[in-house]
Amino acid sequence: MSDFETVAATENQAARRGPSGEPGAPNQIGAPNKARSLAGDAWRDLRRNPIFWISLALVVVFTLMALAPGVFTANSPRDCLLSRQHAGPSGGAIFGYDFQGCDTYSRAVYGTRASLLVGALSALGTGVIALVVGMLAGYFGRWVDAVLSRVIDVVLGIPLLLAAIVLLKRVASDSQNARIAAVIFVLAILGWTTAARVVRSSVITAKEQDYVAAARMLGAGNGRIMLRHILPNSLAPAIVVLTIALGSFIAAEATLSFLGIGLKAPTISWGQDIDTGRIHMREAATPLIVPSAFLALTVLAFIMLGDAIRDAFDPKLR
Amino acid sequence: MFRYILRRLLQMVLAFFGTTLIVYALMFAGQGDPIQALAGERPVTEAQRAYLTEKYHLDATGVGGFFYRYFDYVRSLLQGDLGQSLTGRQIGDILQAAWPVTVKLALIALAVAIIFGVTAGVVAGIRRASIFDNSTLVLTLLVLGIPTIVLAPLAQYFLGVKWQLFPPTAGSEPTFYALLLPGIVLGSLSLATALRLTRTSVAENLRADYVRTARSKGLVKRRIVTVHVLRNSLIPVVTFLGVELGNLMSGAIITEGVFNIPGVGFNLFRGIRTEDGPLVVGIVSVLVVVYLVSNLVVDVLYAVLDPRIRYE
Repeated sequence: MSDFETVAATENQAARRGPSGEPGAPNQIGAPNKARSLAGDAWRDLRRNPIFWISLALVVVFTLMALAPGVFTANSPRDCLLSRQHAGPSGGAIFGYDFQGCDTYSRAVYGTRASLLVGALSALGTGVIALVVGMLAGYFGRWVDAVLSRVIDVVLGIPLLLAAIVLLKRVASDSQNARIAAVIFVLAILGWTTAARVVRSSVITAKEQDYVAAARMLGAGNGRIMLRHILPNSLAPAIVVLTIALGSFIAAEATLSFLGIGLKAPTISWGQDIDTGRIHMREAATPLIVPSAFLALTVLAFIMLGDAIRDAFDPKLR
Repeated sequence: MFRYILRRLLQMVLAFFGTTLIVYALMFAGQGDPIQALAGERPVTEAQRAYLTEKYHLDATGVGGFFYRYFDYVRSLLQGDLGQSLTGRQIGDILQAAWPVTVKLALIALAVAIIFGVTAGVVAGIRRASIFDNSTLVLTLLVLGIPTIVLAPLAQYFLGVKWQLFPPTAGSEPTFYALLLPGIVLGSLSLATALRLTRTSVAENLRADYVRTARSKGLVKRRIVTVHVLRNSLIPVVTFLGVELGNLMSGAIITEGVFNIPGVGFNLFRGIRTEDGPLVVGIVSVLVVVYLVSNLVVDVLYAVLDPRIRYE
């Protein structure tokens, strides 16, 4: 219903504004209809896919955990006593205590926030770069495409972990927010290439469509065609790629923190806790296993979710 | 074909200068006093200062001076002179001692990927939508989704420390047995990708016209699969494994660090931990070159192996 309302509103505006606004109207009718049938098909597929439901549930749980960690555990992750180093479960600490005498489970719960924050913002940054680059390359073609595609090739040729090590070693500041921002920045500027290629190819397909030709004939400029006609139609594949990328960004952040160059204490992150747990695994294994399980489940949830959605939208891949 | 190789080569040269420039600019340029940074906490005499300024051409200032020093760095990099680590050892010597171990580990990982990944991929591709196929798909998704920093310590704990099936750490002169578990951990990622690639490729080729022709000639299924399908299906797999060998040689930082294997990745791991700037830059520079060259070789190999693909 809301679709019809927007269409009606656009038509009214178009009538008032004259020729330059008109191409919006026929396209607004065409696009949602087409999208709805494709989305409807995909939804029918997704509804029957248990992996989709499992991963979606995990994503929801971890998002809630990041927003309100206090709901999941009553203990503070910073309430550490060396006297209970590696002590067994007691008083709400269902997985016992770690090397520093902190509640293992509580630390894992509170670690969700940093991970999801880095993952989501890196994916967002990646998405913005990928959309701009992919849109320009795909829409303008010719030398713009040639230059941008070579840039993509070069960035794609840079090994992510090695480059991130070099970039992050340069960040001297140890303040929590500065380190989080640095990790997000590094992951975003190194990780946008795959998404940019996806956007570029879907833009190339979209710009050959009849509605784009119609819009151009009615006098729409490049900016309007890109934003109003091509962008909405090439967004879906980009979102799928970015969901999967979000999972791998979380893994990359944990790896960098594990190496000691990503997030640093006092920020609580799974990567650091896995590293500490690993060093003391012979004395107690739960401080290693618990954050490992949290990290693996989160990464898997996003990758499986993206995978399931992609399969549903693109049955050819199966 | 020739034009493709040429273009690819130019692209690599571009990527080489791009990455080394970034590495160099980030590590060395814009620091307060490079000579003091080099000497650390110790005082620097006037004579030493003059010598170091001369040696590193620090008197040239501005953009020109920066590029002068950058090309100096690239020249010594290409000549194999990587300088000294903060511990005083030549980085070239450290790498020379570390390469054989890393190559051995990478080869074990690759063997694991080929033996299990390709075999299971072929079976899954032939029996599509069977229980075997579906379960390998889920399993590979799990392997692809679990980061190495989870897989390596957990494998070390359960298989090495708790059940004691493998030695938990490798030590200075690692035996084949000690490298086996790290090799499996390192290879599991390539295994999963190789499996998926083989499966898709086999399944696709099974529907090809030449397979129908072979079947209508009355050939037995075994011959069709081994001679007709496999040969064509393995082209993308071979190229993928080639890329992986390059990745494995450079990407073993976590695995080597966790299992205490004295390879290249382990030295990088240690360099990061001990804040040994020159060591990190030296190793990263070499690894970037290895990565770029292996990617180039594989891309060219792909063009040679698969004549169906035409490059403009």
